[in-house]
Amino acid sequence: MKTRYETVIGLEVHVQLTTATKIFCGCSTAFGQSPNSQTCPVCLGLPGALPVLNREVVNAAIKTGLATNCRIAPYSIFARKNYFYPDLPKGYQISQFELPICEQGWLDISSEEFAAKRIGITRIHMEEDAGKLLHAANAGSLVDLNRACTPLLEVVSEPDMRSAAEAIAYLKQLHQIVVYLGVCDGNMEEGSFRCDANVSVRPVGQAELGTRAELKNLNSFRFIKQAIDYEVERQIELIEEGGKVVQETRLFDPDAGVTRSMRGKEQAHDYRYFPDPDLLPLEVSEGWIAEVRAALPELPDQKRRRYEEQLGLPAYDAAVLSAERPLAEYFEALVVRHNNPKLCSNWVMGEVLGAIRENNVAIDDCPVTPELLAGILKRIEDNSISGKIAKTVFSAIWQTGKSADEVIAERGLKQVSDSAALAAIIAEVIAANPTEVAEYRGGKEKLMGFFVGQVMKESKGKANPGLVNQLLKEHLQQKT
Amino acid sequence: MSVLQLTISGLREELQAQRTSAVAVTRRCIERIDNTDDQLNTFVSRCDDSAFQDATAADVRLSAGKAATLTGIPLGLKDIFSTKGLRTTCGSKILANYVPVYDATVVERLREQGAVIVGKLNMDEFAMGSSNESSAAGVCRNPWDTNHVPGGSSGGSAVAVAAGQVVAALGTDTGGSIRQPAAHCGVVGLKPTYGRVSRYGVIAYASSLDQVGPITRTVEDCALLLEAIAGYDPCDSTSVDCPVPDYQASLRDGVAGKKIGLPQEYFIAGLDPAVKAAVDAAVEVYRGLGAELVPVSLPHTDYSVACYYLIATAEASSNLARYDGVRFGVRHCTGGGLIDMYQQTRSAGFGAEVKRRIMLGTYALSSGYYDAYYLKAQKVRTLIRQDFLKAFEQVDLLLTPVAPTAAFKIGEKMDDPLQMYLSDIFTIPANLAGTCAMSIPCGFDAAGLPIGLQLIGKPFGEEEMLQAAWAFEQATDWHTCRPTL
Ligand SMILES: [Zn+2]
Repeated sequence: MKTRYETVIGLEVHVQLTTATKIFCGCSTAFGQSPNSQTCPVCLGLPGALPVLNREVVNAAIKTGLATNCRIAPYSIFARKNYFYPDLPKGYQISQFELPICEQGWLDISSEEFAAKRIGITRIHMEEDAGKLLHAANAGSLVDLNRACTPLLEVVSEPDMRSAAEAIAYLKQLHQIVVYLGVCDGNMEEGSFRCDANVSVRPVGQAELGTRAELKNLNSFRFIKQAIDYEVERQIELIEEGGKVVQETRLFDPDAGVTRSMRGKEQAHDYRYFPDPDLLPLEVSEGWIAEVRAALPELPDQKRRRYEEQLGLPAYDAAVLSAERPLAEYFEALVVRHNNPKLCSNWVMGEVLGAIRENNVAIDDCPVTPELLAGILKRIEDNSISGKIAKTVFSAIWQTGKSADEVIAERGLKQVSDSAALAAIIAEVIAANPTEVAEYRGGKEKLMGFFVGQVMKESKGKANPGLVNQLLKEHLQQKT
Repeated sequence: MSVLQLTISGLREELQAQRTSAVAVTRRCIERIDNTDDQLNTFVSRCDDSAFQDATAADVRLSAGKAATLTGIPLGLKDIFSTKGLRTTCGSKILANYVPVYDATVVERLREQGAVIVGKLNMDEFAMGSSNESSAAGVCRNPWDTNHVPGGSSGGSAVAVAAGQVVAALGTDTGGSIRQPAAHCGVVGLKPTYGRVSRYGVIAYASSLDQVGPITRTVEDCALLLEAIAGYDPCDSTSVDCPVPDYQASLRDGVAGKKIGLPQEYFIAGLDPAVKAAVDAAVEVYRGLGAELVPVSLPHTDYSVACYYLIATAEASSNLARYDGVRFGVRHCTGGGLIDMYQQTRSAGFGAEVKRRIMLGTYALSSGYYDAYYLKAQKVRTLIRQDFLKAFEQVDLLLTPVAPTAAFKIGEKMDDPLQMYLSDIFTIPANLAGTCAMSIPCGFDAAGLPIGLQLIGKPFGEEEMLQAAWAFEQATDWHTCRPTL
């Protein structure tokens, strides 16, 4: 039954920007302050107060637009979206309606679950957030306007996605981009990156779109997938039973895993958009766009490709290392100091990621800095230490912050690569294990491992394993 | 000198020469208010104590020889300007208890220059009206005949200046709200070019039309006060960053050789004969002063009033949404839910004219009507602006009546909003065009009510307009006439 229907998904994402001050006034955007402490006449909507556009918000919008392949409008307009709600101090939200700052962008998504495809981005516009209502037990409803007037970007996609998996891939990529650009902290639980999904179904082959439901309260990737899957099934069932999907807003209930109609509320609103006469049309010159473009960081997709093509990393490594900007920066700082990308990649994905996860620290706070780690890798490659000893050195550096050479010297971890010294140890081992020697010489070659182990044990792990193997073979073949 | 004749320029000399003191002048104004306000109903809020404090501080500066332009000058403010710690009602019940936490930029500028603020002046509710009759504080009366309206919406400001309660005042002008009451009260009123003066802290009626301007007894005072408040304000994105000329310095340059246009669309059948006669006489004065008077046409004038009542009400319907009883102002809530609170608060808080305009504006912006009303009005506005720009390619200034008649009787037009709206027919176009315009006294009608002459200048052409106004004032003595109270 399900295969006779095609799912159509369009997404509206609200990206809360990390500018220091609000979009139309000088108040701080910091979280967690006491209610209404970060307000002024402008964000309180006091009579006579006027908005002044924060240039940093425009920069963030241009950055995001360029990173999502949008056309940046040379001329865009702020509009008022009129509606009454206690968290909206002016009785209108300043947003953009006709002539948004970015239009006609796209993102390419790919995954093992579906063929690579391009998702269109209809528009990106700037707007102010509303405040928050607190419903206190005995004090009625209270309004906190600290969040009022904080800057948002709304990124609206085309209805180009055909499954929850595609929607998630698109969202993850957009999320990665805005975090990479440093315009958003990406925290979905705190609502810094929130998504509404427009979901509809239609019989396969039908050109016309089905009636859509707008899903809200989707504050994790997992919930988004659950909500879409549930909603698709609900709509198909409804149609199969002869019913009709109504255009409405539905809230996702994460506990029950279902979407529920928000009957009445939010419906059939006429927002009476019109250009805000308090703000001049925004003109963005070619020069401004060029300036922002020049300052754009390398984006995750570009990094991933460069890691594969120029550094020769496997696709998996490239994807992991480019996924988050701080990790990529750590990796790149390491490669600059130690030009063996694959060895660097192994260590970052192995020891470094393991240790920061275990110790619950951010990559930026990793005590083994790229410089210190490069010191370890250098000693591995010049055979001063084995890979195994290197892990011990890594732990010691994590604890002490000392350099690899200091740790190696202090603890006497330098690998023994002196053939004479090793030969003495090997001679001792051979002398001490006549039975095994005889067996080996009788053809039981797997005993080589036993001898290597013995030599390593005697050398307290400092023996150069390659050299040990070579010397052991020589010594064991000699008939005494 | 009578308190009725005091001017900023004259008083400034007296104060700086220490022939009088700021405290003494302030006392005379306050006595005058005490003696006349029962008849006139000019003041919505008074602040005698802080006025005397301001005056005392001014005297300290004066005696130290550190006076600024307005040090010690008693001024009044239309009750539309946010004044920190001083109640600001905007003529509405809904703001009956509203005390701003900040000063409007223009108020800040007046204070910086030492002005003594004596109180807040009556006005039409939210500046919506042409007669001051829509004020929650009751009608303010014309000092020339208290049975007549003073004009509006800055009625209180014009009356206070005409009646000698303050030396000068600030008003706001959205469709004539400075010029029309100035004309009706026989004083000088100037609406600057849109963007010339900051709107920050001025309670908005129609944001794309509102401008702050002076109401004074003389053209020279008008120049002085405009210079004090004009200039770019980073808090108002629509204020324009262009230098403020020394208006006073160039006042005496005269009008010889200037071309003054007479727009034919303004000399229409409905014009009161006394108004027409006064304006015709003014034309002759200018001819005598060496100006060249030429007929011009502003072909889209007829659409001005309709265009204005769509744009202004649309903006107002949104600007007034914040009066919802949630954060400030008067809340009415006898139970029920959120929607009930909104409805009760706004039903009880707003007067009939404000409700009418909110409904008109909401309608003009509504889905399905937006293109036919709001958008079309914006297009017409562009045509009206182009009319002016074209006319200014031929002439330096335009000369017109301010209003079709002198001040009408209280109650005369209250039941006929359309008639009331038409009283702004000559003032509205300058707001739509965004250019500057002013009203100067040019005569009286048979009943002894003042008549105003309107000069309309080029965008940011206040300097040239003030020169022409000053020249006329020097050639006539209408500005010296004062009402007897
Ligand atoms: Zn603020």
